[in-house]
Amino acid sequence: MAYLTTHPDVVPVVSYRFGKGATNIDRYIELDGYKAARKAIEMGPEAVIAEMKASNLRGRGGAGFPTGMKWSFVPKQSEKPKYILVNGDESEPATCKDRLIFEHDPHSVIEGVIIAGLAVGAKMGFIYLRGEYRYLLNIMEKAIEDAYAKGFLGKNIFGSGIEFEAVSHTGAGAYEVGEESALMESLEGKRGIPRIRPPFPAVVGLYGGPTVINNAETLATVPHIIRMGGAEYAKIGTERNGGTRLFCLSGHLEKPGVYELPMGYNLKRMIYEVGGGIPGGRKLKAVVPGGSSTPVLLPEEIDIGMDFDQVGKAGSMLGSGGVVVLDETVCMVEFALRTMRFYQHESCGWCIPCREGTDWLKKSLTRVHAGGGVDKDIDNIQYLAENMLGRTFCPLGDAAAMPTIAFVKKFRKEFEDHLDGKGCPYKHSLQHEAVLA
Amino acid sequence: MATETTIFSPELAARFDKLVTLYPVRRSALVPMLLYAQDEVGYISKAVVAEVARRVGVLENDVVSVLSYYSMLRTQPIGKFNVQVCTNICCMLRGGNELFEHCKKRLGIGHKGTTADGVFSLEEVECIGACSWAPAVQVNYDFHENLTPESMDKVLEEYREKAQK
Amino acid sequence: MADVTFTVDGKKLTAPAGTLLIEACRKAGIEIPAFCYYPNLSLQAACRMCVVRIEKMPKLQTACTTVVTEGMAVTTESDEVKQSRKAMVELVLGNHPLDCPVCDAGGECELQDMTFTYGAHESRYVEIKQHRDEQQWSPVVFFDRPRCIMCYRCVRVCAEGMDVWALAVDNRGVSSVIAPNEGDSLLCEQCGMCIDICPVGALTSGTYRYKTRPWEMNHVGTICTHCGDGCKTTLGVRPVNDGVEIIRGDNRDKSGINGDFLCVKGRYAFDFAHHEGRLTKPLVRQTDGKLAPVSWEHAIDFTAKKLREIRDTRGGNAIGVIGSNRTTNEEAYLLQKFARSVLGTNNIDHHRTADYTAFAAALKDKPGREASLRDFASARAILLLGNDPTNQHPGLAWQIRTNVRLNRARLYVANHEDVRLRRQARASVILPSDGYASFVSYLGGNDGAFRGSDLTASFRDVIRKEESLLIAFGSELRGRDIQALVDFGLSLPNTKFACLGDYVNSRGAADMGLLPDLLPGYIPVSASTQFAEEYGSALPAQAGLDLIQMFDAAGQGDLAALYIVGANPVSRYGIDPSALKNTFLVVQDMFLTETAALADVVFPAANLYEKAGTVTNTYGDLQLVKKASDRAGVRTDFEIVVRVVDKMGADPKKLVPFGKGVRADFGQSRGAETGEADRHAVWLVANHLEPKLSPFDPFAVFDEIQRLVPAYNVPRLNLLLGNDEHLKSELVQIESVAGRRDLVLPANDVLYTSGTLGRYSAKLEEVVASATILMKPAETAAD
Ligand SMILES: Cc1cc2nc3c(=O)[nH]c(=O)nc-3n(C[C@H](O)[C@H](O)[C@H](O)COP(=O)(O)O)c2cc1C
Ligand code: SF4
Ligand code: FES
Repeated sequence: MAYLTTHPDVVPVVSYRFGKGATNIDRYIELDGYKAARKAIEMGPEAVIAEMKASNLRGRGGAGFPTGMKWSFVPKQSEKPKYILVNGDESEPATCKDRLIFEHDPHSVIEGVIIAGLAVGAKMGFIYLRGEYRYLLNIMEKAIEDAYAKGFLGKNIFGSGIEFEAVSHTGAGAYEVGEESALMESLEGKRGIPRIRPPFPAVVGLYGGPTVINNAETLATVPHIIRMGGAEYAKIGTERNGGTRLFCLSGHLEKPGVYELPMGYNLKRMIYEVGGGIPGGRKLKAVVPGGSSTPVLLPEEIDIGMDFDQVGKAGSMLGSGGVVVLDETVCMVEFALRTMRFYQHESCGWCIPCREGTDWLKKSLTRVHAGGGVDKDIDNIQYLAENMLGRTFCPLGDAAAMPTIAFVKKFRKEFEDHLDGKGCPYKHSLQHEAVLA
Repeated sequence: MATETTIFSPELAARFDKLVTLYPVRRSALVPMLLYAQDEVGYISKAVVAEVARRVGVLENDVVSVLSYYSMLRTQPIGKFNVQVCTNICCMLRGGNELFEHCKKRLGIGHKGTTADGVFSLEEVECIGACSWAPAVQVNYDFHENLTPESMDKVLEEYREKAQK
Repeated sequence: MADVTFTVDGKKLTAPAGTLLIEACRKAGIEIPAFCYYPNLSLQAACRMCVVRIEKMPKLQTACTTVVTEGMAVTTESDEVKQSRKAMVELVLGNHPLDCPVCDAGGECELQDMTFTYGAHESRYVEIKQHRDEQQWSPVVFFDRPRCIMCYRCVRVCAEGMDVWALAVDNRGVSSVIAPNEGDSLLCEQCGMCIDICPVGALTSGTYRYKTRPWEMNHVGTICTHCGDGCKTTLGVRPVNDGVEIIRGDNRDKSGINGDFLCVKGRYAFDFAHHEGRLTKPLVRQTDGKLAPVSWEHAIDFTAKKLREIRDTRGGNAIGVIGSNRTTNEEAYLLQKFARSVLGTNNIDHHRTADYTAFAAALKDKPGREASLRDFASARAILLLGNDPTNQHPGLAWQIRTNVRLNRARLYVANHEDVRLRRQARASVILPSDGYASFVSYLGGNDGAFRGSDLTASFRDVIRKEESLLIAFGSELRGRDIQALVDFGLSLPNTKFACLGDYVNSRGAADMGLLPDLLPGYIPVSASTQFAEEYGSALPAQAGLDLIQMFDAAGQGDLAALYIVGANPVSRYGIDPSALKNTFLVVQDMFLTETAALADVVFPAANLYEKAGTVTNTYGDLQLVKKASDRAGVRTDFEIVVRVVDKMGADPKKLVPFGKGVRADFGQSRGAETGEADRHAVWLVANHLEPKLSPFDPFAVFDEIQRLVPAYNVPRLNLLLGNDEHLKSELVQIESVAGRRDLVLPANDVLYTSGTLGRYSAKLEEVVASATILMKPAETAAD
């Protein structure tokens, strides 16, 4: 069972009902559940979107796009039905937060979807969970059933005369499907190949209709914003970065775990105070601040606030909120290799730079790590990654290229230490054969 | 509309009959249907492909094209319990590789291998969403987290017992 | 749409708003490289070769998905852009085998060209490349996975263009692979479009692979000899010991009436030309009753003498002539001229596959009412009555599908069978197989003629509302029914028609007067003055025997001689061989067909790929046939007839007016091989004739055709440039044809058969036997 970890600095907004039995719909209602949806019906679409804009909520899926603005892009009039799509594909390495929401508070997602539907005029929502999350799918299905039974979903929700349907849906193992347009393809029963944009999903999305796609955490936050008011919510975070987010602390920490902290929370403090510091008194080597796709930070770069703008300024990205802490024992070449193996395995294969680039990089990194590298390999790795960057069909190529460039630039010496038959200088490092082909 | 002949259990067939009606287009049911079919049959056989194609109304090669995209879907039978060891970065930092090596030795099989008695299959997998509780393993759909080689042994033991029942 | 103005590399350009940048640039002569982009197929943006810098955009943009907008400023060849393209080429080459020296595509490979252009010559890749063995998917399609660059052109052309959906992508990432629908083989129409469209050597042709290098061939654009669509095809030929051999058929010349398209026959079924049963020596029946090879000299002398004797003793009425659906217009014309002016008979006919005569009569004095094949690519609405174009007129089917897909044209189908084009149809009705006439009557407003459902009524209603309509009908409709259909069509605001017949020059055969009652241009034999003047001899004024009557006459001993060119009526009409017992039978053919086997003289004839001239497809599109290949020993039907006439003592100059101010032939009849010994010139010199124009020059006859058949008087230059010219069919002169027997016998060929000729194509036979062909419509189209 996944659980939330506590710390005095934690500000429970999204996690407010975690551990309180809120999977039970009655319990959820007792804990202020579905109040926000009723309130949103009274407020009307414009007011809901205004409230969302005021909240400064930025998408929790990774890119940090302002949610209120995203919703406002949906055309008012549309020939085709509009849809809400919950991105619960959660596959970015180092990210395990949506899981907690589905497990502890599934109704908050449903309620968020209903509110989003009201705001943009959609009558149907889909909640897409990654295939590995089967136990969560069961929870979600039950929650949807219960919501229908109470009349919160269906032809006449909350007796308002408004119709809204919700369907939960499972994937079957594919990181790329987390990319929003690939997600729509997958939901339409196809291979998870992203779509050409424009048109953007807000205009032409699922089944050709305007579609709002939000991360599960984003949508689970929505009812709280409506409940407490956008301005109130915005106050918790920093400028242009409202509220809290679920940070997933992992790696070499005394107390790894998922913590709900205000946006802008200091990264150094997050590691040393919240996460309990590095075990065994070992030294910090590097931090990956926002999931495996984000460029690595050096110890001297981590005295920053964890919001989209500040991490961006530091040369990385807040991403999906997965903070990975690496101590001095880690071989950065191996770490870079493991990261690239992931992207090579998950590339959909559609475009040349991503399909060929990830494979080539994986092979080169494997060889360099094993001691078969020569001097020019390091430049070549950087060359390849730089030539993928910004050239691929979807951001997966960037997600593979960006961290690689940072690893080479910031740890070039370590790459050099592997060259000319020397092999990996880190004793603990497992020369374990890369089997994921 | 029910499909007349089915290779699935009546329950699953009924579920599929409903599944295709939930979406604006039948085809949307394709990926979940394949996964549920695999859960029941053990893998996606030719017969599964044929029936699923019929149920969602696409060509069989279309089904194959889709199923071969998703890494959880397989076209060969495997053991009763699929031990999926994550070795992605967070698990790797906390002993995921060692855990995978341990499982290999303990079960006497490699990546995508199956034990002779058909009880276990082993697979190295990408991040399964348990990063803060690493290293983690999924056996079929069940998560096991914060593992050590010792606690892994216990987990395997439990499944072996289950297999005997 | 309104035009917008934008700049590309500093040049000011204009294009309609909504045009893709890549197309706008190409039209302005600025080439933007692309692997995956292919005009008229869905957009992929997968190869990233077409990237350009657009002002105010943060990243490079793909020109294949960007539409031009007012004021847009684009840079296509900066260092940044070039570097990006170079990197893409390097990345593809990483896993691409560098086997260009043996690869079929070597020399005409888009990847090679890009590598050359962007200079990705330095190898950065040191890992082992992924290898997979080559696969054979069908007798004609091979797939070499490592060479595939995943541009998805093949998948798209098969699905979107062909509506066959036989290819898909399996797996993902670097393991992605193009997969055929039957696991390791294809079940499809074997059209080979995937091969044509493949930019590299991943998909190769079973007839061509590893045979030669592209630069060792000559490429001749000519017309396919098979069905009535008359697609343009490019034949790759090379000299061999006994002539010039065809090694490849493809559609590299996309300017033809078939656009991008070529079917299985156009692409592969040229191999009959090299069939081992091919006749290369004239045969004459000996006293022992057996056919034996003789010299050309002897065979011609013998034939000429015999024919002259029969004509002079028993009269022209004792001689019959049967022409061909596959010879050129000039040959068909020459044959009827030979029959009428030299043999003195109107006993001339051919295997009729559509009632062009009735069609011509119905359209008389109705200018511009005949649809060209090109019209089907742009028509707003199309009614298809009878016929199964997917099988019988694949080129037409392609144009219709393309039109529906790109322009949302409305297709209406009325047929007695479940033809595949119903999938593209806005509305369709099933008719009883004998219900066409009554349905046409019903369309015309006779409610009682056809007992239909509400569906039929609404079908009629929507058609009647069409502002502009093309009606294509099959051989199900003949005679008065065609008249009725045309009358109905003309009651609508703007209708054009197409009459669907079966072979490459079926239409030409009828137009050129291979008919017992009609002269070229459908002029009744009774009104032959103009012809008689031109020919300088009186022509028989009575209608002659038709094909059936000729065989009846032969059976009764009334036909002393029968001259058959490029036809196999004995097999086609099930003629009892004994009927020809007492008839002197001359056959010009490529093979010892059932008919040729009964002959007294067999002349080994050249086929359409071995000659020059013109052909008319079933839509009345006139096109140039160019000589591509050659076979030692054979002669064109044209030459054989001229030589026979010469030896009969008639004046070849009268038959082929090559002395009378005819325009030169632009060398078209010379063929592809410049080193070819010019038999014509040799003959001319030997006969003290001016070697400028040869009596075997079909263009001399074409001149005469243009004079006598006004419909054929189209601009000649365009034709000689290899373009099609639509006939002016309203100029057809025809009297009423009431009570005339149409004698139409549809060929009933499908995609993989081609009358007698098809039987001599080993590739077609192999394809049919391989069980990889789609005969029935695929169950469901993927959405
Ligand atoms: C390769 C790739 C994988 C992604 N995976 C996920 C994911 O698993 N979950 C998620 O919410 N967003 C993921 N995203 C981001 C989505 O594309 C999209 O931005 C997000 O769902 C929008 O929701 P938000 O505005 O609430 O953040 C991914 C993006 C890319 C490029
Ligand atoms: S086989 Fe050829 S056409 Fe098809 S994807 Fe590969 S390279 Fe493109
Ligand atoms: S042509 Fe634009 S990406 Fe391929």
